[in-house]
Amino acid sequence: MDGILALAADNLISPIILFFALGLAAAFARSDLSVPEAVAKGMSLYLLFAIGFKGGASVAAHGLDATLIMSLIAGAILSFVIPFVAFALLRVMTGLSVIDAAAVAGHYGSISIVTFVAASSVITSAGLDSEGYMVAVAAMMEAPAILSALWLIARFGSAGQGGMEPGLIREILLNGSIVLLVGSFLIGWITGQEGLDLIASFIVAPFQGVLCLFLLDMGLVAGRGLREARGVLRPPLFLFGVMMPLIGSMFGLAAGVLLGLSTGGVLLFMTLSASASYIAVPAAMRVALPEANPSIYLTLSLGVTFPFNLTLGIPIYLAIARTVTGG
Amino acid sequence: MQTHKAKRVEIAIESVMESRLSDALIEAGVTGFTILPVLGGSGRSGRWSREGQVSRAGGMVSVVCIIRPEKLDDLLDAAFSVVDRHIGVVSVLDCEVLRAERF
Repeated sequence: MDGILALAADNLISPIILFFALGLAAAFARSDLSVPEAVAKGMSLYLLFAIGFKGGASVAAHGLDATLIMSLIAGAILSFVIPFVAFALLRVMTGLSVIDAAAVAGHYGSISIVTFVAASSVITSAGLDSEGYMVAVAAMMEAPAILSALWLIARFGSAGQGGMEPGLIREILLNGSIVLLVGSFLIGWITGQEGLDLIASFIVAPFQGVLCLFLLDMGLVAGRGLREARGVLRPPLFLFGVMMPLIGSMFGLAAGVLLGLSTGGVLLFMTLSASASYIAVPAAMRVALPEANPSIYLTLSLGVTFPFNLTLGIPIYLAIARTVTGG
Repeated sequence: MQTHKAKRVEIAIESVMESRLSDALIEAGVTGFTILPVLGGSGRSGRWSREGQVSRAGGMVSVVCIIRPEKLDDLLDAAFSVVDRHIGVVSVLDCEVLRAERF
């Protein structure tokens, strides 16, 4: 327990968390601090490009094995299954309507790539290594949860709700984040260490600084979202937003350990399973389930679960991964 | 100068529905329209602003079309098929244009 607390304390005073906290504080204080939309978009592209490329280069260095395929399959299964657990919890704990519960559940089966990037940064700081292909697992876990949410609506909702809009699957699978992440991963894999050496000064050294600035923006966005949605965030919903990542992380732990991943790989699987989407899934839900209340799912995923994972969740997952794998 | 009567239709809709609306308009024979970003506003779902939206899910766009009056019903049918279940405002104004053959 002392180890977990020490890790959490170290994590809380890292620059990335402190910049996130600065963003939150500025938003709560109604400061006019803001990151221009185009800059935030540019930083998001940079982070996806850097994390994808480094993952691909790592796979090139360490070689391919059957674990990659098994990890991809496990990621897809987790993304399908976690929404069912989240849906059951939401219906029991919070009394949300079927449509809102299914929409929220879909967010928790999918992933937050920024949380994944933060966990990767913690792995580096802790001097650990991880499987480079976890980037591909992250991309794999983005979409299946949306299908689970729509199935839950079709099964438990009113007639006519939850249908699949034409073109929605294509939009989800080809959304810009996934294309850039997977594309950079493949380019990193093809070009390997030589390719990485060529662009290391762009994607390795400045990475932490860009992540700090990006998290400042995320803090501002999360803080403003929380401020505007105070009425929505009842105690049972808040409790769900904290409990669900812990439950999800246990699924990731089981998958990572069964697959024999490294300590860093297990931490990343736990983080992916614990995180909730706030980019791809909200957009899909607005198209497929416009009746669901966006302030509930966005506030929970971005205002509660994202800060929880960033501050306390990742250190807890790291301590558990270390204990279980002996790493 | 000679002017001609036309209808100006403005549709404020969620960004995620933009391509669906554009496709529906083109299918309905509307060949010209302009898509503008919306900075923010207030409506039945409360206040919102483009600033601080982390995904396209929260944004809005405004689609403006100027058409001949006889095309209005087809355009409104097409627009309503997309806007029906979603957040959005459709408004129609009378206007005048200089070169009727372009609409």
